[in-house]
Amino acid sequence: MSEIVGNSRERARRSAAASSRWRLPELAFWGCAVAAIFLLPSRHLLLNEIAIVGLFAMSIDLILGYAGIVSLGHAAFFGVGAYAAGLLAKSGYVEPASGLLFAGAIAATVGFSASFLVIRGSDLTRLMVTLGVALVFVEVANRFESVTGGVDGLLGISMGPILGLFEFDFGGTTAYCYSLCVLFVMFLIARRIVNSPFGTSLRALKENRMRAGAIGIPTAKRIVAVYSISAGFAGIAGALLAQTTAFVSLEVLDFARSADGLLILVIGGSGYLYGGIIGSIAFALMRDALSTLTPAYWLFWMGAILVALVVVGRERIVDCAKALSLRVRGQPK
Amino acid sequence: MFRRHLIAGAITAAFALGGIAPAVAQDAVKVGLILPMTGPFASTGRQIEAAVRLYMAQHGTTVAGKRIELIVRDDTGTPDVTRRIAQEMIANEKVSFLAGFGLTPLALATAPLATQAKKPMIVMAAATAMITEQSPFIVRASFTLPQATVPMADWATHNGLKRVATLVSDYGPGLDAEKAFKERFARDGREVVADVRVPLRNPDFAPFLQRVADLKPDALFVFVPSGAGAQFMKQFQERGLDKTGVRLIGTGDLTDDDILNDMGEPAVGVVTTHHYSADHSSAVNKAFVKAFKAANKNARPNFMAVGGYDGMHLIYESLKATGGSTDGEKLVGAMKGMSWQSPRGPVTVEASTRELIQNIYVRKVERSDGELYNVEFATFQAVADPAKKR
Repeated sequence: MSEIVGNSRERARRSAAASSRWRLPELAFWGCAVAAIFLLPSRHLLLNEIAIVGLFAMSIDLILGYAGIVSLGHAAFFGVGAYAAGLLAKSGYVEPASGLLFAGAIAATVGFSASFLVIRGSDLTRLMVTLGVALVFVEVANRFESVTGGVDGLLGISMGPILGLFEFDFGGTTAYCYSLCVLFVMFLIARRIVNSPFGTSLRALKENRMRAGAIGIPTAKRIVAVYSISAGFAGIAGALLAQTTAFVSLEVLDFARSADGLLILVIGGSGYLYGGIIGSIAFALMRDALSTLTPAYWLFWMGAILVALVVVGRERIVDCAKALSLRVRGQPK
Repeated sequence: MFRRHLIAGAITAAFALGGIAPAVAQDAVKVGLILPMTGPFASTGRQIEAAVRLYMAQHGTTVAGKRIELIVRDDTGTPDVTRRIAQEMIANEKVSFLAGFGLTPLALATAPLATQAKKPMIVMAAATAMITEQSPFIVRASFTLPQATVPMADWATHNGLKRVATLVSDYGPGLDAEKAFKERFARDGREVVADVRVPLRNPDFAPFLQRVADLKPDALFVFVPSGAGAQFMKQFQERGLDKTGVRLIGTGDLTDDDILNDMGEPAVGVVTTHHYSADHSSAVNKAFVKAFKAANKNARPNFMAVGGYDGMHLIYESLKATGGSTDGEKLVGAMKGMSWQSPRGPVTVEASTRELIQNIYVRKVERSDGELYNVEFATFQAVADPAKKR
């Protein structure tokens, strides 16, 4: 008996080790992101936005792809982080890196409180709850105009140099490097989380919540934990936006931002952490190229491409590319 | 396997990014026009773009030996996007002018960039008074809400309206209008009986209008952004307020020329104050309206269009004055004090505030040739922005 348990433990450890091993393509992916600093000096602002949106989408992936919670209101935490970072900077504390931690902690705390609403009910109820929470936040931010600036936005933020060393520059180079570093660190943390036994239990929970409960996983606690972590991630993404643009407006809490986050995950694919980042790259590139070509009608083309993507692809972009290349090379599937 | 394609994808993406970055042309002066072209405020963007293109078609694209190049981008009405586009335009496209800015938050988000990069920033629409105080490089070619509102309060006082309720959209310009109206009206010893604020997005006016109906004021003063007026008018009629003797007054945003015709009968008789009506009877305006209609499938220009048109005038004339130099401080210096005949009437850029001093007209909606127009019947001459300390 004990031998069997020992064996299965050994197997579990090996499988966890195998899934957490770094593979060459992953290293190359991050290599490309770093290379972009030197290869695309004129596009750092767009890249910065991609990194921030990527981190936000990754935070949604943590709850959607791993715990199976569909949220239509994740922008609430993005916004809380953005306002926290903006207000901290406005109150005179202008160092960005520690401001980021502060904003993340605030967002995680808010997420923790909100998670008790999320553990109730089925999928549809949850969807409504997340949407409702986000709407409440928008209205609160709108009302407390003396603090948040209301619809006009939070003016007069000026950030100090990062860690007292790196000043934000006009071309956005510092901003991109900063956001990329934060994205990478947060990715490492997320990767560690999903490859841990905790992450495995989340996946069990996603597959079948009742069965997961039956084999002894405390489902409610797990959801509370992952929801808080995810809120913290979203808060840090929001704080990055506030710090690198030195401006916060009500749009950070907007429903459209939550919806875009989900859309990006659909494009990139959920449940493997890279989905958010890849989706964000694809989304931002499409948007940028189309809105440059036709400023008035780009939404039409964007919609058409997304529909085509879902109808033709249905799966992840990468899978699509894989199938395509197999066909081109004439290999059997 | 799929990881390999991940790299391939990333590399392709990298090339795509690089490919979009355009080459910088020689001896051109670039104007970066950032407007909401999609979303709820798309009409603002379309009007301004059409007017800017009309100005360029009429006046040629060569000024002081430089070729004017226009770059139009959509910011979807989102401030952080406006800011990023502006920053990219300055850093990559090397634009000499920033222009557009459909809404107050969009202008406010971009203001620090104009100061930092020393680029003239021409605000063609956004109308909150404090915008020009955010950067010495901002020059406004539209108007400010207090500028249009104070004459309305004066007109109401002189026409025996004693109890007035206000209804404004709950954001910067709306609050500006409410404050200006209340202060001016109270100064004259009159009473604002209720100040109602309605949400900017998806407004449902019905419950607010009921409150107003219960109070039975002499008149209701309204500010809603360009575009929302049609829905307001419809609900005003549905509630029967037009029959209870409550007069409708407001700034010209309410009876926006762009949508006035669709408002139909309830709009007739509404009195508003504004700086521009497509019906303005000067020869300059007649030519402007005719050319605008010819170029835009018979669409009527509104006050947004005239802001875009005059904004381009500022850009062209300041370039002429500097002899083609694109030094930001010189350009803004040249704009200060500039006077010209705009389609809206005579205008002057006030040097100390960088706002337009312009006539504010009192207009009444009337039907002529089967179309509704804001017909001007009184003029407040050379009104400067009352919100600025001098």
